[in-house]
Amino acid sequence: MSCYVMGIDIGSTTSKGVVLKDGSEIVSTYLIHAGTGTKGPATVKEELLKSSGLKEDDIAYTVVTGYGRKTYAEADAQLSELSCHAKGAHYLFPEARTVIDIGGQDAKVMKLDGEGRMTAFLMNDKCAAGTGRFLEVMAAILQLDVSQLEEEAAKAGEALKISSTCTVFAESEVISQLSNGADIPALVKGICKSVASRVGALAKRIGIEEKVCMSGGVANNGGVRDALAEELGKEIGYSPLAQLTGALGAAIYAYERATKERKDG
Amino acid sequence: MAEEIKKQRPAPDPNSAKYKLNMIAKKAYDDAFAAKERGELVGWCSSNFPVEIPETLGLYVCYPENQAAGIAARGGGERMCSIAEGQGYSNDICAYARVSLAYASGAPAEEQPMPLPDYVLCCNNICNCMIKWYENLSRELHIPMIMIDIPFNPDYDVPDAEVTYIKNQFLDAIKQLEEITGKKWSWDRYREVMEISGRTSRAWLEATATAKYVPSPFNGFDLLNHMAVMVTARGKLEAAEAMETLLREYKENHEKGVSTYRGEEKHRIMFEGIACWPWLRVTAHGLRDRGINMVTTIYADAFGFIYKDFDDMCRVYAKVPNAINLEYARDKRIKLCNDNHVEGLLVHTNRSCKLWSGFMYEMSRQIGEECDIPVVSFDGDQADPRNFSEAQYDTRVQGLTEIMQSRKEAQNAG
Repeated sequence: MSCYVMGIDIGSTTSKGVVLKDGSEIVSTYLIHAGTGTKGPATVKEELLKSSGLKEDDIAYTVVTGYGRKTYAEADAQLSELSCHAKGAHYLFPEARTVIDIGGQDAKVMKLDGEGRMTAFLMNDKCAAGTGRFLEVMAAILQLDVSQLEEEAAKAGEALKISSTCTVFAESEVISQLSNGADIPALVKGICKSVASRVGALAKRIGIEEKVCMSGGVANNGGVRDALAEELGKEIGYSPLAQLTGALGAAIYAYERATKERKDG
Repeated sequence: MAEEIKKQRPAPDPNSAKYKLNMIAKKAYDDAFAAKERGELVGWCSSNFPVEIPETLGLYVCYPENQAAGIAARGGGERMCSIAEGQGYSNDICAYARVSLAYASGAPAEEQPMPLPDYVLCCNNICNCMIKWYENLSRELHIPMIMIDIPFNPDYDVPDAEVTYIKNQFLDAIKQLEEITGKKWSWDRYREVMEISGRTSRAWLEATATAKYVPSPFNGFDLLNHMAVMVTARGKLEAAEAMETLLREYKENHEKGVSTYRGEEKHRIMFEGIACWPWLRVTAHGLRDRGINMVTTIYADAFGFIYKDFDDMCRVYAKVPNAINLEYARDKRIKLCNDNHVEGLLVHTNRSCKLWSGFMYEMSRQIGEECDIPVVSFDGDQADPRNFSEAQYDTRVQGLTEIMQSRKEAQNAG
């Protein structure tokens, strides 16, 4: 009999979910731009069940992770997004030893051993520079959608330099560059480099071990991926499932726990 | 409407170390107020100033760092910091300094009142921010400042020339205090104080070393409270007796297999840095809820002053944690981690303390490597609550717990 489990990742701006069959087959995924404190998490569960054709009772175990993990009462267990991203990244890239996750409001770098166990991590401090929120703020000033940043950055030649110290300082800088008639693609490329510089420093501090891969929503932005690869001088592994990595890791943990419970009787 | 029923706490046992230590800390403030009322001069003193000097002279001194910690722990930190910032002090300055400068300017602090000073005693072996803080107190309140300069120590030992430099300053401080207060120095009394201070220190060091037992007979957060007496009153007889009671209790706890740590001790960590006083409950519960006992901290080592004479005392004050180089400071912590079977290191990146937090990035990396333990840091502050995020703390501590748990599972799996 197949074992279905669910992983839910409730972030600050999005909720994501994965249903896994027998610990390895992804049956369904769902992502909604509504994070903790919204109907997002409930919608994820509903949509996952609908798209997989499963009923609630078919799910053997659910693990929740992410910023909203502690307020979601319907899971069997909650785990930190650190462990879940590490686990999910190991599934997507078994050879990954360094995982860089940039989410809506934090950035983290995790070191993995050969078994995919997280051995160390570093997170950003209280500042929003180097996170998804930073990109959202910058995109809003440029009257662009975050998803357009990659395309704009690709058009640029040289990047304009934007501070990576503070989101508010960087915002003033971008406004001032705009009023001086700066080239938008060069500005966007500079914004991507600013994120890469901030997160790259975090990665260098913990010690980069290859291979490096990215997870989290910002990984979908090729501009930031390229800038980070340049900053670190390393190739960056990327999967289209990057934003679902945390939920995927949560689902794998759910499977491990479900099978352990079965074994323990 | 139902009446709120308040949970009755059992009356504290007056023979317990906790009660005795709390009373000593409280009495220090009461005595200082009483002295002030009698017309005696009262001093303010930095935490690593040689307490033996005011104690031998029979002076009443208060400790602004302890006051600021008390105010912050009771919820007054942000109010006092904001007052200081309104007076022009940058919020980048140490929050203890901001709280203290606000209090000195007349801002009330019911959380922990203490009499205003007639002189200040400053020693920079804790940090150099202290000098400007005390200079401002001295200037604003028009009172004398006695300054002892202890150079940062790049070696493991203290050279004789440095001992002479420090000793001459100590002797000069004694002379100045005799002139300011009219009290007389007695070498016989000094030797008594030295004996008592040594007795208190030995009991403290031995008590904190009982964390070597698994499970530990105490919750490490106890140390954060008890160290107040080590800072301010280690030269007092009642402090020696209270610390000996503490040691006896911890030994008994071990023999009985009990602990002041509530719950099962699943993981043991070292906590690095000054406590995040405004969020003490949150930071403590974040650990306790996950079965983590903070079994040791550098405080266990920092305030145990053992020396044999005046020269040796000078040497000891040049070897306090913030006055020594990274390697020596690292080795002290590695010893604590090894002696106490520490499985993880939690570092408080304290926005107030640039010195301590600044060198922790590299030092904690080296400790983690040497002891083969995970190292996790969180942002916070010793007195300004605005520099802490509960959600960030929680995720980091959970991440640390998950690493420690996964390492244990891997070990058990062989």
